[in-house]
Order: sequence, then C-alpha cells, then structure tokens
Amino acid sequence: MSDAAVRALPSRRPVSVAVRLWPWIVALLIAVVLPWLFYDWQHGRHSGFMISVFSQMGMMIIFALSFNMLMGQAGLLSFCHSVLFGLAGYSTVHFLNAAGAGELPVPMELIPLLAGLSGFGFAVVFGYMATKQRSTAFAMITLGIVQLVTTAATMFHSFFGGEGGVKTDRVIGNSLLGREYGQAIEVYYLIVGWMMIAAIGMYFHAMTPLGRMANACRDNHERAQFVGYDPRMVRFLQFALSGFYAGIGGGLFAITYEIVTFDAVAAPLAANALLMAYIGGATTFFGPVLGAILITLLQSGVSLMSNSWLVYVGVLFIAMVTFAPTGLTGIVLEHAPIARAGLLRRLTLPYLRIAVPGLIVLFGFVGVVELLSFLTIGMAQGKRLALFGVALDIFSPLSWLVAFACLLGGGLWLSIEARYFKRVWDGLIEASRSR
Amino acid sequence: MQRLRLLAISFLALFGLAIAGQPVRAADETIKIGYIDPFSGAFASGGDASLKMFQFILDYINAKGGALGKKFELVTFDDKLQPAEALIAFKSVTDQNLPFVMSCVGSNVGSALIDAVNKHNSRNPDNRILQINCGQLATELTNEQCSFWHFRFVGSVEMRAVARIKSLPQSVKSVYLLNQDYLFGQSIEKDTKRFLAQYRPDIKIVADEFIPLMQVKDFAPYISKIKASGAQSLLTGNYGPDLNLLIKAGVDAGLDIRYDTYLAHVIGAATAIGSNGEGRLTSVMEDHENIPEEEHNAEAEEFFKKWRATHDFAFIALPSVTQFEMLVRAINKAGSTDAVKVADALEGMEQKDLFGVTNIMRKEDHQLLHPYYEAVFTKNVKNDVEKTGLGWKTEYKTTVADETLPTTCKMKRPSS
Amino acid sequence: MQIGLISLLDGLVYGMLLFMLASGLTLILSMMGVLNFAHASIYMLGAYFAYQISTWIGFWPALVIAPLLCGAIGAAIEVWGLRRVHHNGHIAELLFTFGLVFIIGRAVQMVWGMLPMPYRVPTSLDFPLFSIYGENFPAYRGFMLLISGGMLFTTWLLLKKTRIGLIIQAALTHPSMVSALGHDVPRVFTLVFAGGSLLAGLAGVIAGNYFTTESSMADAMGPIVFVVVIFGGLGSLAGCFIASILMGMVQTFSVVADWSFADLISPFGITLGANDLLGEILTIPVSRIGPLVPYALLILILLFRPRGLMGTRET
Repeated sequence: MSDAAVRALPSRRPVSVAVRLWPWIVALLIAVVLPWLFYDWQHGRHSGFMISVFSQMGMMIIFALSFNMLMGQAGLLSFCHSVLFGLAGYSTVHFLNAAGAGELPVPMELIPLLAGLSGFGFAVVFGYMATKQRSTAFAMITLGIVQLVTTAATMFHSFFGGEGGVKTDRVIGNSLLGREYGQAIEVYYLIVGWMMIAAIGMYFHAMTPLGRMANACRDNHERAQFVGYDPRMVRFLQFALSGFYAGIGGGLFAITYEIVTFDAVAAPLAANALLMAYIGGATTFFGPVLGAILITLLQSGVSLMSNSWLVYVGVLFIAMVTFAPTGLTGIVLEHAPIARAGLLRRLTLPYLRIAVPGLIVLFGFVGVVELLSFLTIGMAQGKRLALFGVALDIFSPLSWLVAFACLLGGGLWLSIEARYFKRVWDGLIEASRSR
Repeated sequence: MQRLRLLAISFLALFGLAIAGQPVRAADETIKIGYIDPFSGAFASGGDASLKMFQFILDYINAKGGALGKKFELVTFDDKLQPAEALIAFKSVTDQNLPFVMSCVGSNVGSALIDAVNKHNSRNPDNRILQINCGQLATELTNEQCSFWHFRFVGSVEMRAVARIKSLPQSVKSVYLLNQDYLFGQSIEKDTKRFLAQYRPDIKIVADEFIPLMQVKDFAPYISKIKASGAQSLLTGNYGPDLNLLIKAGVDAGLDIRYDTYLAHVIGAATAIGSNGEGRLTSVMEDHENIPEEEHNAEAEEFFKKWRATHDFAFIALPSVTQFEMLVRAINKAGSTDAVKVADALEGMEQKDLFGVTNIMRKEDHQLLHPYYEAVFTKNVKNDVEKTGLGWKTEYKTTVADETLPTTCKMKRPSS
Repeated sequence: MQIGLISLLDGLVYGMLLFMLASGLTLILSMMGVLNFAHASIYMLGAYFAYQISTWIGFWPALVIAPLLCGAIGAAIEVWGLRRVHHNGHIAELLFTFGLVFIIGRAVQMVWGMLPMPYRVPTSLDFPLFSIYGENFPAYRGFMLLISGGMLFTTWLLLKKTRIGLIIQAALTHPSMVSALGHDVPRVFTLVFAGGSLLAGLAGVIAGNYFTTESSMADAMGPIVFVVVIFGGLGSLAGCFIASILMGMVQTFSVVADWSFADLISPFGITLGANDLLGEILTIPVSRIGPLVPYALLILILLFRPRGLMGTRET
C-alpha cells in the first residue's frame, strides 16, 4: 500500500476563499419548497411517505458529509461512523425521555446540539483508540469497534434496550418557536435547519488550518510531520469533530423515528456512508450531498418497487468505481475546463447520442434482472410482474427477447457511441487547453 | 442567462416529479392490506415463506367470496427487518389510505409499528388503520404495549411456553436451557422458567445459557457443556442457523438427549437437520400437515393436499386462515372497512379454525387464543416435511382453556 | 479436564477452517492491498457449487471441481474487474468487491432459493472416529483437519520450494521491485487472486455440509476472517496460521468460561448489580460474549502492534 497510498485518494482542490452564496440559498429554497410539490390536494394533507423520504435524505446528508470529513478530507476509511451516529441517537432518546418527564429543560430546537455533543464525546473515546494508527490499521480498528458495539447494543438493556431498542415521544412540550413537533412536516423543517447549520459548519471547517492539515496528512503524512504537526493529533481532532456532526444526524434520527435500535450503530449503515460519499464524489465538498440523495432514493424508493434492488446497488458500485472513481461531482467538475472555454454546447449532441443507447441498455438490464428474479422468486410468491406499468408475461418469449435484445444490442450501440464520445471529448479538452 | 435556463429546467423537472408524485387513489374493487416484511437481504426467507402462505390463504378466502363482495389483495413493502424502514413503509401505507397494515417478522418491527399506528390514529382520526400481527410473538405486544388498534392473530411467547412445558413427558427430570441473547430469546427463557416452576416443579434446571444471536458457528463446545451437565432434555427457543447447527453438533457428538424446541418446525430447519433429528426432536406448533389424518378431518386434508401439490415446504400458518375468516365476518358485520367498526366487530369474536377447534379473539388484549400441538419429528408419517422423508406426529395438544392466560393489558379505547 | 481436551480438538478444527479461508485472503491483501469483501461470498459459492455437483455426480468429484470453479471465478474477477479498477485506488477496489457481494448474494438467492440446502456429509465419512470421555469425535472433523492440513502443507511447499512461489513471496513484500526485475506482476496477481479464491471455495466445500449452506453464510464468516488476517499480520502466512488457531481456541474456550468480571472481584467483598450499563457490562459472563472476544483482541493488538502478530510490512 506504500506507493499506492499516493494514488489512493485523489487530492482535493482547495476550496476557493471567495465563498459563493447563491448555491446555498438555492439549496435552502429547494429544501423548503420540496414537500409542497408532493402535497396531496385531494385529501388536503402532505404525502407522509415523501416527507419521510426527504427527512431521511436530510439526515443522511449530514451523516455523509461528516463521514467525508474522515474519508475525503483526512484519508481515513472508517467503518465505525455509524457507531457515532447511533450512540448519539440512543443518547437523544434518553434526553427526550428526560425532557418529556420535565427533568431536562432543553427546548426541542437545541436537542440536536446535545446530540452532537454526545457524538463528540463518544468520538473522543473511540477516536483515542482508533487514531493511534492510520490507513489500513485504522480501518481495521474501526471494523472491530463497530462489531463490538453492534452486538453490545443487542445484549445490554439499560442503555440500549436490548434488541427491541429504546423508544420515546418527541412531543416534549418545550420549544423556542412554540411548536409541538407532533407533525412530520415540522420535524422535516427542523431537519432542514440543522442540515444547513451542520453543512455550513463542516464547509468552514474544511478551510480552517485543522481542515487543511487533515488534507496534508492524507496526502503525505511524513511531510506533514516534517512541517511540524503531529498527524496523530490531527487525525484525532478530525475524528472527534466528525463525531460531533454525525451526532447531530443521530439526534435528528431519534427525533424523527422516535425509536432507535441496534441497526443505527451497525456496519451496514457505515457502509451506506461510504457508498454515499464515494458515489457522490469524495473529492468535493458537495459530493456526499448528491450521493446521500441518490442512495436514499435507491433504498427507500427503488426497494419498494423491486426486491432485487441490492443487485442494482451492486452494479451501480461497480459501474462507478470502474468508470467514475471521482464520483458524480467528479464527473461534473471534469467539464470545468471545457465550460470555461465556452465549448460546452458542443457536447450536447454526443451526450444525446449516448443517452439513447444508454437508456436502452438500462431498460434491458432492469428487464433481465426483474424477469430472472420473478422467474426464480417472485412467481412462487404469487406476484404479478409489471415493469414501468406494463404487465409482462414471463412465459412469452417476447418479453425475454426484448429484454435481452435491449441489453445486448443497446450495449453494442453504446460502446460505439462511447468511442465517438471519447473522440469528441479529447478534442474539446485539447481545444480548451489551447484557448 | 445560462444560470436562469438551468434554474428553469430544474423547476420544470421538479414540477414534473410533483405531478408524478401524486398518490394514486386506492382502487375500490379490492380490500387492500399493506403487508410489511423483509423481502431482501439476510432475512428474506422469512418474508418469502410468509408471502407464499398468504397468497395461498387469500386464494382460498377469495374463492369463497371475500368480504362485502370484494376480494382481498396484499400490497407488499420491504422493511429489510429494520424498524426505521418499516416506519417509512408505513407512511406509504397510510398515504394510500389502506385500511389494514400487516406484519409477521420481527417483534422489534411489531413494537415500532404499534407506536406508529397509535400516533397516526390519534393524529389523523379521518384515516385510521388497523394493525394485524401475523407472527410477532413477544408477549409484551399484547400486555404492556397492548393497543386497541392492534390485533394479534398468533399465540404469544408465553402461550407457546405453556404448551412446551405441559407437553414434556413425566420421565424428564432435568433440563438445560439454551436461548439466543436478545428480546425474543430472553422472553422465552423467562416464560420457560416461570411455567416450569408452575407446572413442573419436579424438573431441575441444570443450566440457563444464552448465546449471542447468529454469531456462533461451532456449537461443539456447547455440546460438551451440555453433556457434562447430564441433562435429559435441551430446551431451546433457538431458530435458524442457531438451531440447525446446535442439533447437528449434538447428533455428531453422539449426545443422547431430547431436543425440545420451540421453533424447529419453521421453514428450513427440517432440511438442515434432516434425519439427525429422528425421534428426538420435538417442537410446539400451530399446526402440522399430519393433523387432518390424525383427526379424520377431510376438509383440512384437502387444504393441505392442495398446498403440497404446489409448494415444497410445510404450511404452518393455520391461525392466519382463522385470521382471514374472522376478518371476513368482521368486515361484513361492520358493513365497511372503518377501523373502529371492524375492531368492535373483531374483539370477542369466536371462530372455528380449520381443524374445528373454536378460537377466541379476546376482548381485553386483542390476542387470539388457539391450541398448540406438540409433535415429534419422525418417520412413518403420511406427510413428510421438505422432502426429507420425516414428518411431524402429534404427541400432545393443549386446549384453548390451557392457553387462556392472565394479561396485564390496560387497553385505552377510543371515545368515538 | 474432559472439557479441556474436547475443546482443544474442536478449537483446532475450527481454527484450521478459519485458516483455510484466511490464508487466501491474506495473500490477496498482502500482495495487492485489496480488502476483498467478496472472499466470503466465494466461500459461499464453493459450498453451493459443491452441493449442486454432489447431487449430480457425487461428493468426491465436487471436492475437486467446486474449488476449481471458484478459482476460475476469482481469476475472472481479477482480470475483467479489479485490474481495470486498480489504478483508481484501494477504496475503489474495496467498493468493487462490495458490489460483488450484493450481486453474488442475490444471484445465489435467485438460483438456489432462500432456504438452506440439504447438503449433507457423505455417508462414507459419517461415523464417529473415536470417542473421548463418551463424546464422539466425528470422522468428518478428522477429514476436515486432514484437508486443511494437506492444503497448508501444499501451499507452504508451493511458496517455498517452487520458482513461482519465490516470485510470489517477493511480490508479497516488494511488488514494485519485482515488477522492475521484469516479472509479469499482473499475471502473478491474477494467479494469487485465483489461488485465494480456490482456497476459499475449498473451505466452502468442506464447511458447507458441516455447517449449513444458506444465503447468509457469507455474512456470518466474513468479519471473523478479516480479524484473523489482520491479527496475523500482512505478508505472513505463518502469522495467519497462528492467528487462526488462536482465534479458534479463543472462541471455543470462551464458551466454557462462565465467569464474569464481577466474579473476579467478588472475593474482595464487592458485589455488583446489573442495574445500569456499567453493571451489566461487568456482570456478563464471558460465555455470552465469546464471539466478540476476537474483535476486542484485534483492537488491542492494532493499538500496540499495528503490524499484527508477525506482519512483515507496514500497511
């Protein structure tokens, strides 16, 4: 891993000091308006499901951003990030229960702050152990930590409530804004508020000397030592602060679902964070945000439509790591030189030309997976197969033919178009360089 | 200019999404039930098996006409056995105005749903929903956590424990308790000890052990301990790999002991245990496929014959048949699927199950009271399990009176 | 004494099985730096292939064919997958194998269904070999020991006494230098990955009918194998061997240890209640938390000796 360490994580370009305000405002506006786009005018109420999905997205955005503080910015692959999230969640349930019983005079709006502080505390404890090492040893220590904490959470009752978890009621009757937070939409706006606070906090943290030194230790820890900083201290502080933000996410989780079980500390959730950060693009600040939105849609949305959603996730991984290791935002940023040279318009036709076979391949792939899955599993379960609203008969060779034809034919066409696209792209990069 | 165009396009896209996102009005031709269970991941086999059994039951019920002239339909949601996911799925159920939500796997999910249903029904009195529990066994759900909106159509852990203890032969004088270290396993251990003290004080508990859930691969050391203890019977609530590996290890080591289990009849266990279990493996179950022959019940015989023709695992969901028979009667009596009316009709209802035994849906805690059958895994039975050549033979059965246990439920009833 | 001897034997068998799984992984991790999460999935595939082949032909052909199939799959993964992703860094490779875990998991469910497979110990081996204090030691366990021991010996022979083994050993610690010397390192990588997958498949063939063959097999074995590999140290098969046996013994012996921390201090007159978290932790007996001890050991050794037990390289 020694010489591969340099290749391991692409360096992140430093964030320009002139902060552009308008993306933040647009994001805030979209977040505020979003639930109203799905308002059920017939029944005069919000879509509970969509608000749940958006609330989940908000929490995951905070979670993924805090995870990227470790992976993208400090080069630390942590498998135990969910431990910080979940333990803060458990603490918040206890805080809420105490607040509801009148023992804790903290208003609801500040509960996530308490959660963040508890996340910070746990991160200090675990981080002290984990950050003693770096790189693979660090990752393995975190693997050990997550396994330990997960099983402990199912066994011990007083704090974790055993396998059943701990429950609370979020209507604690104490609020700075005078709201009850019984309705899901109120909790959603609380999440949006704290999401902005956390995101702004993490964004500015990346520009502080600590944030910069984390980048330096990621890229070349020996050199950082020579400069005079103790990489261990840097790692430790970065871990502790990422725990603070993860804790905020955990607190919001507890408030939203009013129940926390051991799967809030378990490894699959930590793996989710890795997924979100990587697919969105670990090299930029906003990458994890994009990744969190996409993965939440996949898990909550697609999983309701298909039981093979894990296959799609797996293929998405593989496609991303093979073709787009810098993530979605990485792809977008690669267009920057072309855009600067004003040549972006020349890409519209090539994009259209790959979009068409691309969609056909996607359609064919989904068709094949769903047909196979239905044949082997779904049929016996008595379901009916309907793809994009069209009922399919698995016994007619037509469905199979169409699906395979789309997959194979579309794939062939796509590879031709991809070659053409690459030619155009290379040409444009050359042209932009000369301008 | 660029930026404006970008903004315009994104708003159009969002608008399009919004139109697509309008909830579909539930079609009125069928009575839909939102069914939340794990259908992907490590626990998919549980949801998969349940779904198949329910499809079969619904075909049977719908063939008899359904309720109010409408057929039943299941709308499935995957919760991956996580309470948070189940709650998101529940939101989708209520968005679609489905009158019933049903869930079978995972008492932690069941518990979370009870809370969610209570909160939803109190916050949305115009869109109330009833919760059907088809397999979440933790005793607390109809005791401390009981709710007017929650109906459990399968016996609780303590009901099962009564059957387990009462069916132990008089010759057994020492038992070794082994359970999984989580809510369900601890519940089993508590109730086992309670009823041992109550019904069989002559039995000595030589050891009371917990194992971490689904972690142990090698049970040989446990077998050594069990052998050293000299117990006559291994009393365990384990299921899944924790049960299969335990019995395999025991048989391999030549351990001469009875395996008195709670859940060895659940799907997959027979295949994994095979002939290892012959003669020594017992379990308490809601039904097995040889009871019709034992009781000379032709209609039940027909039912199981039809099932076996198209499925290669055992049908163990008899109370779910009773569940739908009761639902049909309740909906017909209520004249609609309104939650309060159906609940009023359901509670206190008596219904004969497929074997002719009268089950009762108790009013105080909404728990279905039904009998259990304790059976031994053996050869020379008419219907074998999962093509292993061995099947279940009843040794003992409990009555509904045996299973009527006191409850701590203090149910809050809605005022309207 | 009785329990001690039996536990020793059982721990040995379990440890050898772990070693079979872990040795492939340690070769892959040491040489290529790839955290291969799909390793346990290939173990699962080995068990399923063996079941299928033994229903068609028989157990003994399955013993040979199934591992070869797994090796071929490993080679295919390396050539068409990992090689392309290699230059994108280690996290990319890790995520790639992650994606494979999901796909293989679902594929297994689709092809063989969700229930456990009736993959049984062959009747020729299904008898008690000998008995200790009245408890039978099954012949199949002896067979497992034989196979894993034979495989250990063969691997050792291959690595120490053949030319390709020499190159592999060198590439374990100094891959770039070996490449500079003109050896076809990518081909060595493919060979090692295929070899590791073959070992995992073999472990699956043997363990699949002794434990159960079902789609959650991979999740069950995965974490403990990683613990063994890291504990033993990168670049050292001997360390891996010691770690496997150690972990096997620890897991086996912890089951019989019914004491807890509270028992240790109770002679001093201090009694602990289990009413709060700390109390619960201190009164829980070791036997209940046995399978967690390896993770605690892993954390401890990484804190004080990041190379692991006998690692020859820093990570």
